[in-house]
Amino acid sequence: MTPVFEVRALRKSFGGLPVSDNISLSLAAGDRVALIGPNGAGKTTFVDIAAGNLKPDSGEVLLGGEQVTRLSPAERVRRGLVRSFQVTRLFHDMTPAEHVAMAILQREGRAGRMLGNYLDMPEVMREAMEAFAMLGIDDLAHRKVREIAYGQQRLLELAIALVLKPRVLLLDEPGAGVPQSDTARLKAALAALPADLAVLMIEHDMDLVFHFAKRVVVLAAGAIIFDGAPAAATTDARVREAYLGSYADAGRVA
Amino acid sequence: MSPALDEMPLAKGSRSLRSDLIGIAALLALAALGFLLFPDNLALLTRIIAIALLVLSVDLVTGICGVATLGQAALFGAGAYAAGIGAAHYGITDPLLMVLAGIAGGAIAGLICGIVILRAHGLPQLVLSIALIHLFHELANKTTSWTGGSDGLSGISPGPLLDMFTFDLWGRTAYVFAVVLLIAVFILLRILVRSPFGMLCRGIREDPVRVRAMGASPHATLVKMYVISGAVAGVGGALSAITTQVVGLDSLSFTLSAEALVMLVLGGAGSLYGALAGTVIFMLFEDFVSAANPFHWLTMVGALLVAVVLFAPKGLYGTAEDLLLRWKGKAP
Amino acid sequence: MNTIFSIGVDALAYGMVLFVISIGLSVTMGLMRVVNLAHGAFAMIGGYIASYAAQSLGLGYAAAVLLAVAGTIIIAIPIERVLYRRIYGQPELTQVLMTIGVTFMIIGIANYVFGPTLKTIPLPDELRGSVNLGFRSIATHRVFAIVCGLIVAAALWYAIEKTAFGIKLRAAVDNAAMAAALGVRTEVVYAVSFAVAVGLAALGGVVGAELLPVEPYYALRYMVTFLVVVSVGGAGSIPGALVACLLLGAIDTAGRYLMPEFGEFFFYLAVIAIVWVFPRGLAGGRGA
Repeated sequence: MTPVFEVRALRKSFGGLPVSDNISLSLAAGDRVALIGPNGAGKTTFVDIAAGNLKPDSGEVLLGGEQVTRLSPAERVRRGLVRSFQVTRLFHDMTPAEHVAMAILQREGRAGRMLGNYLDMPEVMREAMEAFAMLGIDDLAHRKVREIAYGQQRLLELAIALVLKPRVLLLDEPGAGVPQSDTARLKAALAALPADLAVLMIEHDMDLVFHFAKRVVVLAAGAIIFDGAPAAATTDARVREAYLGSYADAGRVA
Repeated sequence: MSPALDEMPLAKGSRSLRSDLIGIAALLALAALGFLLFPDNLALLTRIIAIALLVLSVDLVTGICGVATLGQAALFGAGAYAAGIGAAHYGITDPLLMVLAGIAGGAIAGLICGIVILRAHGLPQLVLSIALIHLFHELANKTTSWTGGSDGLSGISPGPLLDMFTFDLWGRTAYVFAVVLLIAVFILLRILVRSPFGMLCRGIREDPVRVRAMGASPHATLVKMYVISGAVAGVGGALSAITTQVVGLDSLSFTLSAEALVMLVLGGAGSLYGALAGTVIFMLFEDFVSAANPFHWLTMVGALLVAVVLFAPKGLYGTAEDLLLRWKGKAP
Repeated sequence: MNTIFSIGVDALAYGMVLFVISIGLSVTMGLMRVVNLAHGAFAMIGGYIASYAAQSLGLGYAAAVLLAVAGTIIIAIPIERVLYRRIYGQPELTQVLMTIGVTFMIIGIANYVFGPTLKTIPLPDELRGSVNLGFRSIATHRVFAIVCGLIVAAALWYAIEKTAFGIKLRAAVDNAAMAAALGVRTEVVYAVSFAVAVGLAALGGVVGAELLPVEPYYALRYMVTFLVVVSVGGAGSIPGALVACLLLGAIDTAGRYLMPEFGEFFFYLAVIAIVWVFPRGLAGGRGA
């Protein structure tokens, strides 16, 4: 069966430094994969390449078996490959409702409409409010983004990604900056994602990882060093060495 | 859905509709006032309206889309020459057809300039806009048989408007025509700005990466806006050709582009009202000072620009808006 | 063959004059990241001062040049302190507007003080006439312009690559905050660089007065040209600026010789074509 998302032999170097080193990975519909690894491993670069924000030096990206390596980020979104950002990218003077309405209209090909206003489109507003309700930010729908807390902005990022109805979702640290009080909301939203959606999530929060992931991929120094069950990741020798370095044996020295 | 949610969107929508209606009523009132107070100076007021259309077109690409351009006069001049050539060489003297010619000329110029200018970002983009206005200027300068070259295009005699109202010496028909055109364009632009398209443009201005991540292509959207902006500038150009009955190279000059930007910044970019305010203030000031030689005027425009940048970066309208919000107790 | 030689020499001379004027703009853009549309105005001021010195004060050419450079720097220093410092780090549109404002003011004042006519800077006897190369002769002042350009390029390269100030300059360009943290007084670096840039502009304005005549609209007329040099050559790059200047010099001169009727049109078309092919400058690679 063709994987819904696949990368083959991705390579990317900055100067002489390989940030993506022969990465091959595939996702099937319904997968829940966490991409973890020490800082600087190249996780965000991987998502940038997969989503089209960065061109790889070599390698391929496929969506539903079709080549998307040469397509722009916008075109990939239109084919169902959506990403969120590690640091929120939102329009500070617009409201969450405007953001999500824009995404919904874009999904339906109506974002370029020159008449009317999203406020006068009840179906759009209804869908937007449902997305907000699920994430618990519905009371902020009409406040300017600059006036809402960072944690809630992260939830808005997720809302935007969800209303685009993707086939493949790449989340870059959705939990980063979300306060403890909202983490339950985030977990519930992640649990409620459509069953046939393939999700790859970069995360540092291990609680979130183990709650969410059925499969863990570990990236270190640009290369995949582990791809398997979450439980096995914690005991794998290579993973421990990647995180702890040669100090994994430090116990003996000290 | 909670009742609060039901109310808010409607309230917001109807509130801004109401404020638009008030705004347009205010414009009409001001226009009427102008007619009554300056019956001997209607030509100036008509010219102000023609330039206001140019400045509105700059507001569309610079204020709303964030594309800095010093070449917008190319679109205005294209419209003016299109209307003028149509009248002088092809006998198209019906004013409404001349306006249509202006719209076509401006829109086509907008398409060309948009595609070229959007090829780059930052300084190269600015350079492209400056090169374009000079290119258009030279083109008009050298194709003398069409444009009259540096002598200008004359022999434009517009026929009566709607076959009823001739363009009289006092410029009354011209003024009323101009006001109607301005109000019509302004209403359309307010609708455009509030539409999903307008929202998309504002998003592109702030963060094109986010817009792409939503699946929209900034480039295609901006080109469309450029065409619309060209059409608006073209209306202004055609109006200028119709009411002054001459088209000169100054309608395709870098200086006009720069002055249009000054007027926009003076009034405040992004709200459309600021564009109008800036134009009126600037041009009334220019008329008042026009006795002085052109170089003194240039010095004053320069000083004005520096002053606005230093002291009122949001322009007069924008600063007034801020003050009003602060007075009402809401932070800007 | 003769025409090609003439075009070549004129293009080289014109390109070198452009280089001397524009390299300062390139450095300040790369360093302070200020889009300075008023740079040409400073070249113009240099030309005006030299003309005044030579014509009205009766000074010799060398003295006129020195006075022009010094005078322009003296005029530019307060402008930098009062106006330019306020726009470092501001959005591009703000910088464009401010520097256009400065340009307009300088044009207006120049006209008020010197009048609207063309000003010439009388060449000293050594620079009149031509240099005989055997097969052809070249106007001496063109040779002078070319030599000036080469000296400026070499001197700048040396200053930037080999001196202590150059190191501080490069550090400040790369990472101003870090350089400041390391004790580099970035304000001083900026002020000195601005002064040097303006001084070079003035020098170029004087040396190039035969090719770029001095009149009040000079600052606007050549604004595009200087900006194209920087955007195509890449801000802060000496070799880039050299290549861009020679390219533009060649295009402009060729246009004027071969199609005098449409020379300017062709020039702007070429500018658009160059920026279209290199939207991020020669070093930035092709395409968007």
